[in-house]
Formats: sequence, C-alpha cells, structure tokens
Amino acid sequence: MCGIAGALLVEGEAALPDPARMIATLRHRGPDGTGCFRSPTCVLANARLSIIDLETGDQPLANEDESVWTVLNGEIFNYLELRAELKALGHRFRTRSDTEVIVHAYEEYGDRFVERLSGQFAIALWDGRRQRLLLARDPVGIRPLFYTRTAGQLLFASEVKAILAVAPQAASLDEQGLAQVFTFWGTVGERTVFKGIRSLPPGHRLIVEKGAQRLEGYWDWTFPQGPGRTDLSLDEAAEALHALLRDVVRQQLRADVPVGAYLSGGLDSSGIAALARESVGTLQTFSITFEDPEFDESAYQRQMADYLGVRHCALRCTAEDIGNVFPDLIRHTETPVLRTAPAPLMLLARHVQSQGFKVVLTGEGADEVFGGYELFKEGKIRRFWARQPQSPWRPLLFSRLYPYLERSPVANRHFARLFFGQRLGELDSPFYAHLTRWSTTRGIFKLLSPELLASLSSAAPEEELLRQLPADFPAWSELARDQYIEVKTLLEGYLLSSQGDRVSMAHSVEGRVPYLDRRVIEFANALGPRYKLRGLREKVLLRRSLRQVLPDAILRRVKQPYRAPDSRCFFPGGRPLPYVEALMSPSTVRRSGYFRPEAVERLLEKCRSGRALGAGDNMAFVGVLSTLLLQEQFFGGRAAQAPVSA
Amino acid sequence: MTLHAELRRFILENYLLTRDDASLGNADSLTGRGILDSTGALELVMHLEERYGVTVQDEELHPDNLDSIDRIAAFIERKRCP
Repeated sequence: MCGIAGALLVEGEAALPDPARMIATLRHRGPDGTGCFRSPTCVLANARLSIIDLETGDQPLANEDESVWTVLNGEIFNYLELRAELKALGHRFRTRSDTEVIVHAYEEYGDRFVERLSGQFAIALWDGRRQRLLLARDPVGIRPLFYTRTAGQLLFASEVKAILAVAPQAASLDEQGLAQVFTFWGTVGERTVFKGIRSLPPGHRLIVEKGAQRLEGYWDWTFPQGPGRTDLSLDEAAEALHALLRDVVRQQLRADVPVGAYLSGGLDSSGIAALARESVGTLQTFSITFEDPEFDESAYQRQMADYLGVRHCALRCTAEDIGNVFPDLIRHTETPVLRTAPAPLMLLARHVQSQGFKVVLTGEGADEVFGGYELFKEGKIRRFWARQPQSPWRPLLFSRLYPYLERSPVANRHFARLFFGQRLGELDSPFYAHLTRWSTTRGIFKLLSPELLASLSSAAPEEELLRQLPADFPAWSELARDQYIEVKTLLEGYLLSSQGDRVSMAHSVEGRVPYLDRRVIEFANALGPRYKLRGLREKVLLRRSLRQVLPDAILRRVKQPYRAPDSRCFFPGGRPLPYVEALMSPSTVRRSGYFRPEAVERLLEKCRSGRALGAGDNMAFVGVLSTLLLQEQFFGGRAAQAPVSA
Repeated sequence: MTLHAELRRFILENYLLTRDDASLGNADSLTGRGILDSTGALELVMHLEERYGVTVQDEELHPDNLDSIDRIAAFIERKRCP
C-alpha cells in the first residue's frame, strides 16, 4: 500500500515536474520511504507503506533489462501464484514483492495482464522501449487514481493534492461534480469536483502512446439477463460461498506485517473477523463506540469479540472529536461529504496506526454484493405497491423499514405513504429505487446561489449516470439494477473513497475488503435475487453461509448501518465551533459564490438551536460546511503548498 | 400578521431557508414539493404547539391537516374554535 504519482510528456518539450514534489504531498499514504524514476519523457514516484517484502520491495521496480518500470498503490493478493507462473515462463525476479509481478506480467501478457490480477490496486507502468504509459485501477475502485492533461503533460496521482502541487492552476470547482455529490453523495464515472481532473474509473486502464490516449474498460459489475442462476439450493450456495470467502480471506491475510480487523458488531465485519480468526493464531480487532445509543454498537462488539476470543480494542468517539477533526477530514477526502461518518473512521485509523498496525480487514461491500440495504427493500415495496396503487395495505409494509432511525421517514404512516409514493408510477426509470433518496438529498440545492443554480440542471446528474449504464442493464432483475446503481453511486463515489481509502490512508492504514473480491462478486451476481433478498429479509445467502462461524445473536441481528452524529458535532455548548462560525459567516459564504448567505445563516441557526431534526437538514449542513472547507483548503491554493498532516 | 402569513413565513424560513414569498403558494402540497416528510412534520407540529398553544394528537398527524398552508391554517382554526 502506498501513494503513487507521476507525469508523462505527451507533446512539446516542456520539462516534466519533479516527481519528488508530487509524492511529498502523499507521505501520509506511505511513510516508510519514497522512490522516483526519472526519464526525459516520463517520471514515476512512490511513497511506500511497506507491507509485503519489507527488505527489497522498494519502488519503483523494473523488469530484467529495466525497460519497463512500475509503481503500485495497493496489493496484488495472488502474487505468489503469478510469480510462480511467470518464473516457470522464464522471468527472473529480483525481489519478493507483489509489485514486481506487474512488470513481468505486462511483458508476458501485454495490457491484459491487469485482468489476471486479484487485488486492490492503482498501477502506473512505463514501457520505455515503446514509449507508452499504462495506468490501471482495480475492478471495484478500492484504490484511487486521478489524472489530468495540462501544458502538454499528463499528470497522475493517488490523490488530487499531488497533482495540484505541480499544477495549482487545476484547482477550481467542477459545478457538475458538486451537483452529483449533492444528489448521489459522490461523483460518478470519471468526474471529480475538480474541473479538468479525472478519476480513472474502476475496472479501467488508460493507455497513452504517441500523444494519443485510450481508455479501456476491462471489468464491470454485471448480472444475468432474467432470473439468474437458480439451480443451487440455498444450502448448496451457502456452502460454496463459505468456501470461497474462506479462501479469499486466507489470501487477503498475506502480509509481512500483522493484519487486524474492524469489528462493528454487525453481520458483515463479524463474518470476516471470524474467518480471519480461523486462519491466524491471534487476531486483533478494532471498533468505534459512541456515547449516543442511537449509533453505539459496543454491546454487540464485545459479544462478538468474546465469542471469537480475539484481542479487542474500542475507540470511544465523541461528537466533539468529530467536530474537531472535520477540517482535516476534508483535506483527505478532497470532496464535499454529506455525513460525518468518515470522521470517526479516520480517528480509528489513527488509533490503529498508534497500535502498530498497518493492515485491517473490513466488512465493506457485503450490502452491495448480497443485497443488504434498506433501499433495496424500499424499491421492492414501492414496486409491489405500484402494481396496486389504490391498495391501503401495501404501503403499510414501509413500517418495516429503517428500524434503526430515531427519526424515521416511516414514523408516521400517512406521511410515509406520501413520501414513498413520490414518482410511484415511474416503474420504467432505471433509478426507481433511488428516486426518493435522491430527492431528499437534492434538498441541498435550495441553498445554492442563483448563479451556481443557473449553471446547473437538476436533471444533469441522472442524465450523466444514465449514459454510463451497460447496454443490457434493462434486462437485469429489479434487485440487480438497484444493486448496480448503488455500486456506481454510493459505493464507488463515497464508501470506498471518502469513507474508505482516504480516511484509512490518512493514517497509513490499508483496509482490505474481502467481500469485494472479484470472485465473490461474480459468484453472487450470477445468483438470482431470491438468494439475497427473500421477502424483506436481507442478505439471506450470506447469513446462511456464516452460520458455522457466527453466534445466533449476530446472525439474527436487525441490521444497523454504521452512522455517526451529524450537525450537533459542530455546536458544543450550543455555540458553533470557531472555524464553523468563520466559514459560514455571510461574508465568507458570499465570497465563495456557491451558496445563498441568508439560507446558510438560517440553516446554521436551525442546527445550532437543535431544531434540525431530519436527514435533509443534517446532510445540507455537512454538505455546505465541507464544500466551504474544500474551497478554503484547495481552491485557495493552500493545499498545493503544504503537505497534508498525517 | 395573518395566520396564513405567519405560517408561510415559518415554512419559508425553516424549510426553504428563504423569505421569497413567490416560492410557495398557499395551496401547494408541502410533501409534493419535497418540503415536508415525517421528520419535517414533527418539526412543524412542535412549532404549532409552541406558537398557537394547541395540542396535536397522533391521529391528527395527517397530510389532510398539514400538507399545505391552507390546510394547516384551517386545522389551527378548528383546534382553536372546536
């Protein structure tokens, strides 16, 4: 795990930037050392977090004759198998690192070598003989990679701040990107909130050769047309999944440093911890606890830790902690966020680092792969109701949703009926299950300044996403379609980035996500919806597959998604934190040009006085504050000058 | 200030975060416009109870009573003069 950066001369003769300047901004990702490769037309740099091959694995690494060079951020979990395969084909290795398999696999298999990798990675590879650069990102987008074209050069890096270090002129807000965040919680596809800076999409490689660049997709989530595979009994499928998960966890435990695990107390992380515990003698687990019982899961965490016999360490997170760390969080996320939930995870990563751990397994991804979200049930009930819109009984099913919310949209059945009944007849919409959520999120648009609003179309985020859907999407099952949209918006745009890579790597901690292994995804996606959501029971197959390793109390537990307190974190004692007061003052808001000062003032007062009860107000507050922080930290040019504090 | 005007001002300032009168009609559906959901309704009820001294029963928490300025005003009038 590392940070990578580099530049390529695409046209003209301008001098390439010093890669050391770029990588200096990413030392939080790789504090164990840096290395650079320099040639007249391409430079590569790496900040290393040593996990595999601590002695000889320094990067960049080259092939036998040093004509091919690479830097890697991430892990290639099947490197031992690939190494054996490549050695048998005559390749000579200098190190024991997983990175070195990349150059030899490229020599052997060409650009398609990426498809042979099992792992979470962002790769830059320079073929000096052919004068071509290849950038690649793992299938699911666990590791980030950004790039831009400027002044005849292509610049790329694990984080935008490394690009801005040598191209500060690239720091301006992409309004459409902001509109996407204020709709989906994250940007989609190549778009970022920085104008002109692109994200290499998951499952893609970019090849730049002789001045031309070519973006190629090599993997995507796909689902069967029609009902999917139904030949396996639930028990047979559960047995197969259990064996697969056990193998994936075993492979993801590969490291030359100790590997810990996050333990939230829910099904997903408990399952991973239990499988890891089978493979290692002792396991260290970590969790977050909250003072507020609405968010706290410590009783389940202790129960699971006792059951597994692991060494467990819980970090108590207060509302004050969240408020205080929030500016640093935005420096790392490099995008506005709508919830504070990434902040406790960043604090947890700091704690994990202080305990001497560099790697943790997490339960991320199970809800997307195995149908765990309440949103999928919401879509199912809405479709069921839409078939008989006059039915007084069908909408009563909404009362089964969101049991974990203190102030739930289903708290009052009359209003729930109106709320979930919005656009009920639009069954042909590819976004059917998401329409109500996006409508709530887009409430933030009412705070936008008239100037910004004029440059946006509220339909634009959906239209851009629509253009990116696969051709056979309409033929998939309803649940599969909802899963895909969830993956392309919330998972890729928020959970794996702002709440994943960026917060753990802020403190040099690598998160590994076994549920998002390509084999697991492909196995689950081939199965029909009845293996996932049966009636309104979520993750049926996963629950069954973990029966041998988890106690009944965890298996039967009602799902409680990870959340954290929101706007109240910023008002200790009823007063705004000094930085909040300064950033949200009418004059600063007016200068930013993004929001209506009087609207921000009213929202601030509403949150300060404790009258902001609903998700909409809380999301709006966090969204506005994080956008203003982003502007202060990046669009003012400061981030380009100072490395990020780790 | 009339009851309608007071209610309008509360909804504009608290939900739409504006004072722009033109942005909401008296008959506009608050749920249809995405202004009010269950939690928004709770906030509205708290305000009605505090400002007008009425008590809203659970069974009265219904869009028929709360889904537009007109409906809220009529509801308050009924509560005040049963």
